Amino acid sequence: MEFINTNLPYILAGISVGGQYALISIGYTMVYGILRLINFAHGDIFMVAGFAMVYLSATSPLYISIPFTIIITVLLGFVVERVAYKPLRSAPRMSIMISAIGVSYFLQNCAWYVTSGLAKQYPKIPWIGDSISIGSATTKIVTVITPILTFILVIALVLLIKYTKIGMAMRAMAKDFETSQLMGVKINSVISFTFIIGSFLAAIGSLLYFTNYTTVTPIAGAMPGLKAFVAAVFGGIGSIPGAVIGAFIIGICENIIKGLGWTTFSDAFTFALLIIILVAKPTGLFGEKSTDKV
Amino acid sequence: MSEKNRSLNGVITPQRKNEFFKSVLGFIRKNWVGFALIAAMFAVIFILEQILPSSSMLFVVLKKGAIYALVAVSMNLLNGFTGLFSLGQAGFMLIGSYTYAIFTIPLEARDAVYQYFNGGIIKFTVPVPVALIMAGLAAAIFAYLIGLPVLRLKSDYLAIATLGFAEIIRAVFQWDKLGPVTNGSNLLKRFPSFSSTLYPFFVSGICITIIVLLINSSYGRAFKAIRDDEIAAEAMGINLAKHKQLSFTISSFFAGVGGALLAMYQTTVQAAAFKSSMTYEILLIVVIGGIGSVTGSILSSFLFIASSEWWLRFLDDETYIGSFRVPLLASGFRKVVFSIVIMIVVLFYRQGIMGTKEISVDAILRFFRKLFGKESREEAA
Amino acid sequence: MTENILHTEKLTMQFGGVVALYNLTIDVNKGEIVALIGPNGAGKTTAFNCITGVYEPTYGSVTFCGETIVSNHPQGKMKKMYLGEKDSEKLKVIRPTPDKITKLGIARTFQNIRLFNSLTVFENVLVAKHMRAKQNVLTATLRLNWREEKRAREESLALLEEQGLLQYKDELASSLPYGLQRRLEISRALATEPKLLLLDEPAAGMNPQETQELAEFIVKIKNKYDLTILMIEHHMDLVMKISNRIYVLDFGKLIAHGTPAEVQKNQRVIDAYLGVAEDA
Repeated sequence: MEFINTNLPYILAGISVGGQYALISIGYTMVYGILRLINFAHGDIFMVAGFAMVYLSATSPLYISIPFTIIITVLLGFVVERVAYKPLRSAPRMSIMISAIGVSYFLQNCAWYVTSGLAKQYPKIPWIGDSISIGSATTKIVTVITPILTFILVIALVLLIKYTKIGMAMRAMAKDFETSQLMGVKINSVISFTFIIGSFLAAIGSLLYFTNYTTVTPIAGAMPGLKAFVAAVFGGIGSIPGAVIGAFIIGICENIIKGLGWTTFSDAFTFALLIIILVAKPTGLFGEKSTDKV
Repeated sequence: MSEKNRSLNGVITPQRKNEFFKSVLGFIRKNWVGFALIAAMFAVIFILEQILPSSSMLFVVLKKGAIYALVAVSMNLLNGFTGLFSLGQAGFMLIGSYTYAIFTIPLEARDAVYQYFNGGIIKFTVPVPVALIMAGLAAAIFAYLIGLPVLRLKSDYLAIATLGFAEIIRAVFQWDKLGPVTNGSNLLKRFPSFSSTLYPFFVSGICITIIVLLINSSYGRAFKAIRDDEIAAEAMGINLAKHKQLSFTISSFFAGVGGALLAMYQTTVQAAAFKSSMTYEILLIVVIGGIGSVTGSILSSFLFIASSEWWLRFLDDETYIGSFRVPLLASGFRKVVFSIVIMIVVLFYRQGIMGTKEISVDAILRFFRKLFGKESREEAA
Repeated sequence: MTENILHTEKLTMQFGGVVALYNLTIDVNKGEIVALIGPNGAGKTTAFNCITGVYEPTYGSVTFCGETIVSNHPQGKMKKMYLGEKDSEKLKVIRPTPDKITKLGIARTFQNIRLFNSLTVFENVLVAKHMRAKQNVLTATLRLNWREEKRAREESLALLEEQGLLQYKDELASSLPYGLQRRLEISRALATEPKLLLLDEPAAGMNPQETQELAEFIVKIKNKYDLTILMIEHHMDLVMKISNRIYVLDFGKLIAHGTPAEVQKNQRVIDAYLGVAEDA
């Protein structure tokens, strides 16, 4: 109890960050599940969402800037897939991965060019940016909103995948890409749809994340992106509940480590965790073992 | 023991020695054009250094290009020849450059460099060549340790684990509790560096030669077999874990040496500079040069450095023609143009400049012979 | 007295709830050509993969030249899912990687040819010599192993010449026509100096003429290199002609075994291949 009392602010922050990582990691896990691609650009799409909000809110009210931020992010995700990944669908997997790195490099450099490398102040979103006290801790309302919103979105997504036709197509493609193509699944539209969902969730995640952290820089997406990917691997890549649970675990642990005064190692911890899970259970918490056919 | 048995056991008998020298001589005779070209290259650089001012951009490009060539070739050994996708190059370079700097800062300069840490805890220096090798070894040891758990897994995880590792290393080296060794987040400086362009050419040249010899050896064939088909390679008796580990460790060794050279070139080093974008740039150099081509990597290193440091610099400067401001040109535009070029290469010229081919003396000679042959035929017609 | 080369004891392979191979016990004696036949999906290739270490069998063991080289019993989650006999005898766990088994002297080819496509024909064979060389990475890089390397090259060239592939030696393996790719794959397996050669559908995609040649070729290499051969094959004329004994698998189980003549008359084999009428 003592531990919880002194660490309550960190645990709360951890849950909040965990929810934000969860929203990003779903984009990774779904794309990996279907294309077997680590979408290195996903973290940067998240970063662009942050900048879109900064620039849009400078000129327009929130009820316009928030929807437009989401639309821009979704469009970006869609365009990136169409331009950079679709032409390489039959290429070796390493080529697509390199293309993803190229996109990441491109987005970071563009952001750098547009902002001259300066950190931008993230606009205050009223209400969710307000302070609230829970027990002994004072925090922003966004901290409380994040896990709830994450939870709702994840349930909606799971239902979508389970009960709709496109969800079924996604599951089929994750199991066997070629066969589902032969069965008449329109793979290109399903893949686009996957990127759209991933980018949509990343945009929501960025609204919540940057409200917490208040500044956006061109490399702001790199670290959350990597951590979200680790979360996806931790939970068993391809599994949405796995990714969410992994993200919460990483968010909470990381903040407790910060609370203990080991801030330098809060990032290192994530990767130590990755290596541990890869050694102990390479398929992650909820992953299925697959045997390559010889 | 009979003469025959001894030679079987690998003792060098006079006869074997003779045969060995003969084969070395034969090798030199066969490749004299190549050796002559290398000698000529060094001579040209030497002469240029006497003629041109040392501040010339050309030397910046040559020095940095040579260093990046080494790092790119070492990455190619792993990504191109063994088919392992690693993104830890910046991390290994960081380890190399720090190892080099820490062990070579002269004792009298330590108090000034480690001003916040009472002159640091390392109270000795080693000669520069030893420090270069130590830089490589330090990177190799780290690579070995990471490789143990990660190389057994699917190659995707290697990419993310090495990328993560590079980030950890960057954080750890800036940790102030390690300050007495790494100087925390402060600069390391005043360690020996080089002024002549010949130096990085010489060191990179030796390292790249070793890598090429490795690639063309029995082990290099095993690496390529793993790249082509892991299951068949295993069925041919190639121990996957051992060979992947070897390739990863050796590649990291040379990345470490490259990092040390980079430290020498910059004259200062700071962990914060070794970001993942550095790894990305090296990867993109490899891609532009052609994955699986050593000469391609070398060529594209020089091209990349020349463009980014010299030819495309103007893109970063606001330019006015009369009172008209040329649009788009501003700080950071160079890198945007770069990224676009790279995406074009990745999407439309997947083979890069060289594909998996190599520039060899033979190929150059053949090219000229063909050229002249054609001309003489045209004359005849 | 015949010398036993390969013995599998109750080899079982279960993927999740699917039993691909069940209680397979076979023996191969020195100098024999033994065929493993059965309808598609009968578990023949799975058996090969268990023997060569590509898969870990769920249960059972493999003995090669009197030495147990693979052995396993269900563990972890598989313990609950295992559908086989729950006999108490716990086998020691020996799970070598395929390269170790190749080193012991079992070489194999693959159903869908797996050559090193970006290497030349010559290099494909040369790779197989890597395993037996005494060099280490340092001596190999500095060419201190030049004697060994020279010998490996000479041996590989000799092998290519025998197999009639010498004229293609500098071509990329992927550029060879199908039949020659098959032959190269066998040559590459021979280069590992095996005692036992596993051939996975060597005649797949061949016409009768080529199959005929292949039969002669298999007998020839068997005699020349003092091999024992275990092969999976669908071409019955090939199987009946050259094999000493035949094992027949169906749905992962051994349903018959004997000389070609015996197997041909076996009712269960006929049923497995032709199906049984519903009302029979």
